[in-house]
Amino acid sequence: MNGQKETSIKLPKTKITSGKLDALMLTETPTKITVKKINFYYGKQHVLKDISINIRGQKVTALIGPSGCGKSTLLRTFNRMNDLIPHVRMEGEVLIDDRNIYHKETDVVELRRKVGMVFQKSTPFPKSIYDNVAYGLKIIGVKDKNLVNQIVEKSLHRAALWDEVKDNLGKSAMALSGGQQQRLCIARALAVGPEVLLMDEPCSALDPGATAKVEELIFELKNDYTIAIVTHNMQQAARVSDFTVFLYLGELVEFGSTDKMFTVPKDKRTEEYLTGKFG
Amino acid sequence: MKRKDRSDIIFRRVLAVFPLLILILVGGILFKLVTASSLSIQKFGFTFLFTRTWDPVFENFGALPFIYGTLLSSFVALLIAIPIGLGTAIFLAEYAPYGVQRVFSSLIDLLAAIPSVIYGLWGIFVLVPIMRTNVQPFLGKYLGFLPFFQGPNYGVGVLSASVILAIMIVPFIISVSREVILAVPQVYKEAAYAMGSTRWEAIQTIILSYGKPGIVGGIILALGRAIGETMAVTMIIGNNVKISASLFSPGYTLASVIANEFAEASDKLYLSSLIEIGLVLLFVSIVVNSLARLLI
Repeated sequence: MNGQKETSIKLPKTKITSGKLDALMLTETPTKITVKKINFYYGKQHVLKDISINIRGQKVTALIGPSGCGKSTLLRTFNRMNDLIPHVRMEGEVLIDDRNIYHKETDVVELRRKVGMVFQKSTPFPKSIYDNVAYGLKIIGVKDKNLVNQIVEKSLHRAALWDEVKDNLGKSAMALSGGQQQRLCIARALAVGPEVLLMDEPCSALDPGATAKVEELIFELKNDYTIAIVTHNMQQAARVSDFTVFLYLGELVEFGSTDKMFTVPKDKRTEEYLTGKFG
Repeated sequence: MKRKDRSDIIFRRVLAVFPLLILILVGGILFKLVTASSLSIQKFGFTFLFTRTWDPVFENFGALPFIYGTLLSSFVALLIAIPIGLGTAIFLAEYAPYGVQRVFSSLIDLLAAIPSVIYGLWGIFVLVPIMRTNVQPFLGKYLGFLPFFQGPNYGVGVLSASVILAIMIVPFIISVSREVILAVPQVYKEAAYAMGSTRWEAIQTIILSYGKPGIVGGIILALGRAIGETMAVTMIIGNNVKISASLFSPGYTLASVIANEFAEASDKLYLSSLIEIGLVLLFVSIVVNSLARLLI
């Protein structure tokens, strides 16, 4: 397809050419998401305590920790998904591109188009494969059929699903396998041209083969997107992420480069968790 | 054989009697309806379903005006009840705070618990006068070019009966739809919001498409209730054997003709024809209920 064409919709664009890639891996990319002193409460339960981190653009940041440590809650503050839950309270700020997304004038709908999300359970809508990927474009109001076709194809390519579904775009998405459904959800998120991709345990319901495909995909995508991934799987965090955030009982225990944390953890709790002493 | 096994077998046999009773009951009702209406079935055959006259004096009977009245009043009732019921259900499930939701749910259950004769009385003393002096003149003035809104304003008639029926079936539609909407997994709703959907878009594209089979099933169950409703309709529909396109004109339903004329049906063929009306009503209800079961 013709990806050069200038359009009113922001297509997921390649920001880094392969030549520059090596250089960029060494230098620091700018901060995309800044978390400032977040405290989060479910009713009286204090689930995030004074969390402050900077998440770099075009990198993969893994959020790890034992169940109930608040890692999913933290991820969900990045696209204000917690707004949907009753009886919660949050203090602090989350800045994306230096703008506070919790400011009262923030357009939440706009924010969620910029910050895509993939869930633990694959969530195909009861529609065809094509309509699933085109869903976001449809609600923005893109009418140009050619453009939609292009973006659907490109998104499916990016999600490494195109070859498997190109002959069956009209088939119901519910008929796909679990791994295909999850990649479809990624394609659907990519179609609206987000800058950030949030993944909440995207592989926990997948078999090893499908997991490997999604991990490969994450590795591909990080050149263009800022990715934050919650995972239960230490090996996965080690394989896919550049940075790791370790949370324990709502507290930030350690945050730094994945290589360093997995080889020489600074905190005793990190070491114990990584070596499987608790969890 | 162990004592334990034997008691289990006895228990199972005793339990098996109860479903058998239901089978006998349903079969018995059907059998009696058919045998008691055999006189009418032999005399009129299938023409019974298409004959427009109901003349006890000359003993010429046909069910068409009643089938028409039943289906028309129920259909118009659905037209009124669906938007109100579905709208309320969506509001309660997706927008209303939890406390409001709870209060309304019990109010709606209360609405469903009111006996139909009370609705009938309310209809005669409150609804019919309002229909006669306000609603029907208004409809006649602005929509009078349509055949449905022509003719004199008696107040009693198909439209009033439909309004009463709508009020009676709205609670059904609300509670079924609300349950169905609440049963859509939270993660799908979140997925829709995560795509940047507004509330309306999420409801329309995700919640309603997941819930569609259940909601349609609930609506058809409500239709079944409307078709069989007797008391309130009999009090308000006007009981006139006539097929008219106008909703203002009095009509008659299958259920109300049985209720109204059973006591005076002294003649054998008259009685037999009334029982055949019952058979037709049962048949219509079964068809509607099986449709509902297929869809749920």
